[in-house]
Amino acid sequence: MSSPAVVDNPWLSRPAVIRAIRPEIEGVATYQLQLADAAANAAYRFRPGQFNMLYLPGAGEIAISVSSGHDGVWEHTIRVVGNVTRSLSKLDPGATIGLRGPYGSSWPVDDCRGQDVFVIAGGIGLAPLRPLLGELIAHRADYRRIVLLYGARTPDTLLFQDHCAAWAAADVEIHIIVDRSIPGWSGNVGVVPLLLDRQHPLDPDRTQILFCGPEVMMRYCVRSALQRGVPKHRLWLSLERNMQCAVGLCGHCQLGPAFVCKDGPVFRYDVIEPFLRVEAL
Amino acid sequence: MAADQPDIPRFLAKPDFQLLLDLLRQRGYRVIGPRVAEGAIVYDEIASADELPRGWTDQQAPGHYRIERRADDAWFGFAVGPHSWKRFLFPPRAVISRADATEQGWTFANVEDDSPPMAFLGVRACELAAIGIQDRVFLDHAYADPIYRRRRQAAIIIAVNCTSPASTCFCTSMKTGPACTSGFDLALTEIGEGFEVCVGTERGAELLTALPTREATPADRRQAAELRDQAAGQITKRMDTEGIRDLLLSNLDHPRWNQVAERCLSCTNCTMVCPTCFCASVDEVSDLDAEHVERERKWDSCFNPEFSSLSGGPIRNSIRARYRQWLTHKLASWIDQFGTSGCVGCGRCITWCPVGIDLTEEVAAIREAQP
Repeated sequence: MSSPAVVDNPWLSRPAVIRAIRPEIEGVATYQLQLADAAANAAYRFRPGQFNMLYLPGAGEIAISVSSGHDGVWEHTIRVVGNVTRSLSKLDPGATIGLRGPYGSSWPVDDCRGQDVFVIAGGIGLAPLRPLLGELIAHRADYRRIVLLYGARTPDTLLFQDHCAAWAAADVEIHIIVDRSIPGWSGNVGVVPLLLDRQHPLDPDRTQILFCGPEVMMRYCVRSALQRGVPKHRLWLSLERNMQCAVGLCGHCQLGPAFVCKDGPVFRYDVIEPFLRVEAL
Repeated sequence: MAADQPDIPRFLAKPDFQLLLDLLRQRGYRVIGPRVAEGAIVYDEIASADELPRGWTDQQAPGHYRIERRADDAWFGFAVGPHSWKRFLFPPRAVISRADATEQGWTFANVEDDSPPMAFLGVRACELAAIGIQDRVFLDHAYADPIYRRRRQAAIIIAVNCTSPASTCFCTSMKTGPACTSGFDLALTEIGEGFEVCVGTERGAELLTALPTREATPADRRQAAELRDQAAGQITKRMDTEGIRDLLLSNLDHPRWNQVAERCLSCTNCTMVCPTCFCASVDEVSDLDAEHVERERKWDSCFNPEFSSLSGGPIRNSIRARYRQWLTHKLASWIDQFGTSGCVGCGRCITWCPVGIDLTEEVAAIREAQP
């Protein structure tokens, strides 16, 4: 062709290889990925809170946060909810998929330094916070308290329970709650904001609170935090919207002036509050 | 302005106008211009000046569009139709990438846009502004759209000043027209037996040197200026844009959204005819054995319920929410995102709304009845 090749096509995926698949809870699995090209893989970096676009030709493309990672290999923890995730769940290790990314904003690691850090998650929302916990623990001395408040619908839908011992060993205070108990469960029952209500002491001016979960959970957690005197600019949320291009070109993920794909997914609460409060915006 | 550009406009006689088309086509440009098709003035490839909508004009009102005969034989004696130049720079359907199954797994490849360079003939001032807005959307950040970039860089823009605005036009409120002031290679004003031609770029100046033009006389220039001024005077629709961003974003729960939702059909017409709306979705287009898959981007609309869908269903699950998204994005949050309004005042969304919703009235109603 006579025209010059467009080399920087933001829609173009790179081949990635599924190295391992680890079942988590029912309907959720963690996929370990590497880029097929060794040099590209060696150069791949992400920040906790960012996401990749995973592409299964013929099925479609989805935005999935990175749930852990280190040199040259990273993970996505994915729940089967639709066409693409269902197709993904049928793949075996060794399969290739398409990958674009990483995209979006990340958790405010720098703002957390020297602070009490509350990590609050509901359900699958723990996945984007897991690499943040890894980052905090890797530099544990840089932070004061690290508190994980986590809830799920039932005890058997709690994610990453096999990691709790390691997190606790790294001096992470862990509090877990479930909406509905089952026989044998002796832990907390209720909703996640309750765990935050019960946190004493809570130093409002030396705390950063990071949320990821259903918006209703985050709304009540924000209310609880504000009642405790934590300023809005110390609250951070990861939002989910319909992200398709991941670079602010397709329009789907808008929330007020924000493109959630590139201005988020992690927002400081005071920035997004006026739009988050409006129903169906 | 480059030093070698003539300061004094030129005059191109109508009998010589075909030479401009021939010149562009000889140089490999696909010339796109207005023509009559299916009861409307649309933009399409033209080879001959005879294909221009000579002697036609358009009558527009909320929910109303008709073409009718003019009393004269003007070639560009209409406002704007349902098409905009968006469809040529940001095509309604385009293949953006390809995936092929190989022994080593999936491989991914660019699909190069193979459109020949285009020359746009008859671009209005509001449309120059619209192209400028889409430039900021598609080009002015880290991830540029490759198809738009390629087509935009190649395109020659020959503007024709609007001398017959419609009742739905409000470019004067949006400060985009009706006179063309920048963003063109050449800007023409139709004056009787020919065109006053102003040069905007060196490329435009160079084109002009290959055509039999003469210096426009003071009378030519006076006539052209009068026609441009007259057009401005004919624009009656107004939108008060004072503080419009804060006005709309602080009235997201205004009762007016409920009222407009009772009329709006959520049909997507306004977004399809809008020269700046840029939302798109991607479809998977696969061969039968699913080994060769193309990703096809197509225009989408915030009025489609599934546009905002997550696994739990659409976020904007009512027409009220969808109309509010469109209007507040266009007139308010667009300013945050791209530095200007997303509206150029062309009036297409008013004309092509099947129930005649007029966004200027919606803004006025919100302004009048603030809680």
